[in-house]
Amino acid sequence: MARDFEPFESAMSAILKTEKLRVEFSSREFRQATKVALTGLDLEVNAGEIFGFLGPNGAGKTTTMNVLLGFVPPTSGAAYLFGIDVRQPIARQRIGYLPELTYYYKFLTAEELLRFYAKIFSLAPGETDKRIDQLLKLVELEHARKRPIKSYSKGMQQRVGLAQALINNPDLLILDEPTSGLDPLGRMKVREIIQRLKNEGKTVFFSSHELGEVETVCDRVAIIHQGELKAVGRVNEITGKHASLEKAFLEIIGYPTPSTP
Amino acid sequence: MNNIFAVASIVIKELYRRKDFYVLFILTALICLVMATVNIFNDKHIIRYLKEICLLLIWVASLVIAISTTARQIPAERENRTLLPLLAKPLSRTQLILGKFFGCWIACGLALICFYGFFGALSGSREHLWPLMNYMQAAFLHWIMLGVVVAGVLLGSLVFAAPSSNSTISFVVVAGILLVGRHLDKVALTMQEPSRSIVYSVYYAIPHLELFDLRDLIIHNWPLVPWKIFSLAILYALAYATALLIATCVMFRRKAVN
Ligand SMILES: Nc1ncnc2c1ncn2[C@@H]1O[C@H](COP(=O)(O)OP(=O)(O)OP(=O)(O)O)[C@@H](O)[C@H]1O
Ligand SMILES: [Mg+2]
Repeated sequence: MARDFEPFESAMSAILKTEKLRVEFSSREFRQATKVALTGLDLEVNAGEIFGFLGPNGAGKTTTMNVLLGFVPPTSGAAYLFGIDVRQPIARQRIGYLPELTYYYKFLTAEELLRFYAKIFSLAPGETDKRIDQLLKLVELEHARKRPIKSYSKGMQQRVGLAQALINNPDLLILDEPTSGLDPLGRMKVREIIQRLKNEGKTVFFSSHELGEVETVCDRVAIIHQGELKAVGRVNEITGKHASLEKAFLEIIGYPTPSTP
Repeated sequence: MNNIFAVASIVIKELYRRKDFYVLFILTALICLVMATVNIFNDKHIIRYLKEICLLLIWVASLVIAISTTARQIPAERENRTLLPLLAKPLSRTQLILGKFFGCWIACGLALICFYGFFGALSGSREHLWPLMNYMQAAFLHWIMLGVVVAGVLLGSLVFAAPSSNSTISFVVVAGILLVGRHLDKVALTMQEPSRSIVYSVYYAIPHLELFDLRDLIIHNWPLVPWKIFSLAILYALAYATALLIATCVMFRRKAVN
């Protein structure tokens, strides 16, 4: 599958799009109000960009991704990947996804896990072997490839997660806090990987709490708060008159710092 | 198809990397071997009891394997959050359910081959009779019955969130069907009206798993089940398994996973 050379629809087309996306979680507990996680979110991510998705805890970042991946049905509104409604499994053929806080089948080795996922993407056996070798080298788990995942450290599991997200050589990556749980060196490596993916023409949509990191790698960012889009634009546009993205972020979500002019 | 068998192969791999099956198999084998050595007088009837107990143990062990393996599949995927990266791939939820079903069912089949192989060897070495076809029939119908159990437990794992409560309830239901299922119509006759109809409808609604129990035929060395009845039994079980699987897929498709 020579997907690498497939042209994008057009240079600036939105390959990830949400329209008035609203998600409510109805509570099972008696007399508890329904929780509104997203209130009419409109978002567009263009081909070839690195897009940072920011917001405080509970803002609705993971919920947005869950809708994009078809895990949670939207209460109203719609979401599209590559122009295909996310309710169709085929919309997920060309994406890679790294969930936040995930454990992989503990009784499998990293190699077996990747082989299993490759099978679901119907990769040819020869290509699978090549891809697995490449990915394990990329995330530096070659030495542990034959060990069951239960013997891995947290950071190693996170790197297995990154490898599985890349198994199908996706055009769009959806990463939920890809650097959480990694040491500074690990974070730098992940940033390098994201940068390299961009150079290969891929689109990366990721959430993060590390604003410094977002500042260095992202082309554009969106900030959401309580399920509502507060700001979207290039990093320098958002930072604007503030000293840093962090200051701008705090102001946008309503906690102005004393040093803000 | 490819996706379904990829999921199934993971289920089977998990079963043989866990120790449950080996423990049950060794336990069954040990109990039977110990009992076999007790038969020092070479009394003909003792062989019958030996076969009876060995088959009973096999039935219990197979139900334990089928129910415990199946009951934990979906809850473990949710709890360990392995469901998310899996469903983010182009794998439909129906394919996932079918993969889990075939994985558990094939795993049960592999376990049954070991169990019945052991049983055949044990009783053959004592009786010097090798009714292979009868064993095959018994094992096959046993396996077909486990298909209905696996499909039912899979549905249960969506209804009851905790695998332990699902296992317990499944055990009670399956044991209930096997032990009293065939008598429910007679029980109904002794009852007053509203409960009578209820018991009757239960009698007609439940899958009669006891029909698949050929233990007596093997214990007494009775002849083969006619192939026509054998095939009808298979169709009967497949109908129930299909209905249960459809219900499972419909339920799972509506569930939010997060
Ligand atoms: N299954 C659920 N049932 C009820 N409420 C939920 C559910 N999932 C999420 N929520 C609520 O929706 C809101 C958004 O949660 P979400 O996980 O999307 O936040 P987040 O931006 O990813 O936060 P974090 O940075 O902590 O990961 C939260 O208030 C959360 O409590
Ligand atoms: Mg989150």
